Amino acid sequence: MDSQPEPVSYICGDCGAENTLKPGDVIQCRECGYRILYKKRTRRIVQYEAR
Amino acid sequence: MSETASLNMQDIPQGQLPEHIELQRARVFCKADAPVHTEDVEYSGAYAAVGFDNSLQVDDFRRDFRVEIKNLSMDDIEFDMIGIDASLANAFRRILIAEVPTMAIEKVLIVNNTSVMADEILSHRLGLLPIEADPRLFDFLSENDTPNERNTIVFKMEVHCKKRGPRLTVKSDQLKWLPNGSELLMESPNPSTKPRSFTSFSCSQASLPQISGRPIGMKHLDIIITQLGPGQSIELEAHAVKGTGKVHAKWSPVGTTWYRMLPEVKLLKEVRGNDAEKLVKKCPRKVFDVEDVGHAMKKAVVSRPRDCTLCRECISGAGEENIALRRVRDHFIFTVESTGALPAEVLFTEAVKILEEKCERVISELS
Repeated sequence: MDSQPEPVSYICGDCGAENTLKPGDVIQCRECGYRILYKKRTRRIVQYEAR
Repeated sequence: MSETASLNMQDIPQGQLPEHIELQRARVFCKADAPVHTEDVEYSGAYAAVGFDNSLQVDDFRRDFRVEIKNLSMDDIEFDMIGIDASLANAFRRILIAEVPTMAIEKVLIVNNTSVMADEILSHRLGLLPIEADPRLFDFLSENDTPNERNTIVFKMEVHCKKRGPRLTVKSDQLKWLPNGSELLMESPNPSTKPRSFTSFSCSQASLPQISGRPIGMKHLDIIITQLGPGQSIELEAHAVKGTGKVHAKWSPVGTTWYRMLPEVKLLKEVRGNDAEKLVKKCPRKVFDVEDVGHAMKKAVVSRPRDCTLCRECISGAGEENIALRRVRDHFIFTVESTGALPAEVLFTEAVKILEEKCERVISELS
């Protein structure tokens, strides 16, 4: 385990701005103050059947 | 045949059917309540008693069969097939819908999708898009095949909606053809090996002689796929393969295709004066017209029997006995609506080839 946890980026549910949050941070968008943040989707490829 | 045989009728020539029987054989009668004489008489000896040969001869078929094209546009065709059995006309219809192959998106590799539309729904919508690519230039991709330039078409879509902007409508023109195959790399468990792409193209599809003249793309560039809100984006790759409509309707080359028997409208008695005017008004498809016969007299004539939908409006109520609605049993008005991969007339010839192949398979199976 790292002693310094990596900041994770989140997407604001209102304005869509990217926020980096560390443990202990207030969950709030820095751009607009909205309090719902979403975790970013992984860029790992998911394969679907087009049916 | 003895002289007293009941079927030995002097007034009817041998080898010919009496008029009313011939009508029953060649027409379907549409009565006010229900159609009658709908079934085909197939048995060769059905009319042997009157000396009429009902057998089907190949030479007769060759002589009598006709195709007349009535209407031909980019994607649609309407033509008449005359002198063919309903079973064959229906075989062509079913083959067109379910067995003529086309290309359609089958695999969707999603890198990123932050839109409100779920990945599965987005993939399904992509699968339904018509692709302008000649399926005859491609092979079917079997389970153990590696995707290559002969069996797979790769499209890429990368769209992003700007922040603090209006919503973005994603249309089919955002799908870009990748003639060199997939640009995405497979994750390998062993980091030392060189990562492989999802396809293994040996050359660019654009350099293939059959394709170079007509680049592959979407048939329609204005089909709405989804909408993106500010900050949302989609990044994906779509792999199209060859398939048939019986596996999934997205591979069906036709929007639909159908046939109807030629309507025949006959006035059994002359309809004159006021009755003629009434008859013209009664028909919603304007099949009848009024004709002046002189001396201030008018009579009804059948001028557009082809437009008749057999709604039976004209034989309901008064005047029913004056009109006969029939369908010609061996005359089919065939309509094909192509979704765009191939022109409608080419699709039909492809269907004929498929039926031919099936017949050959049966013959070789039997011999």
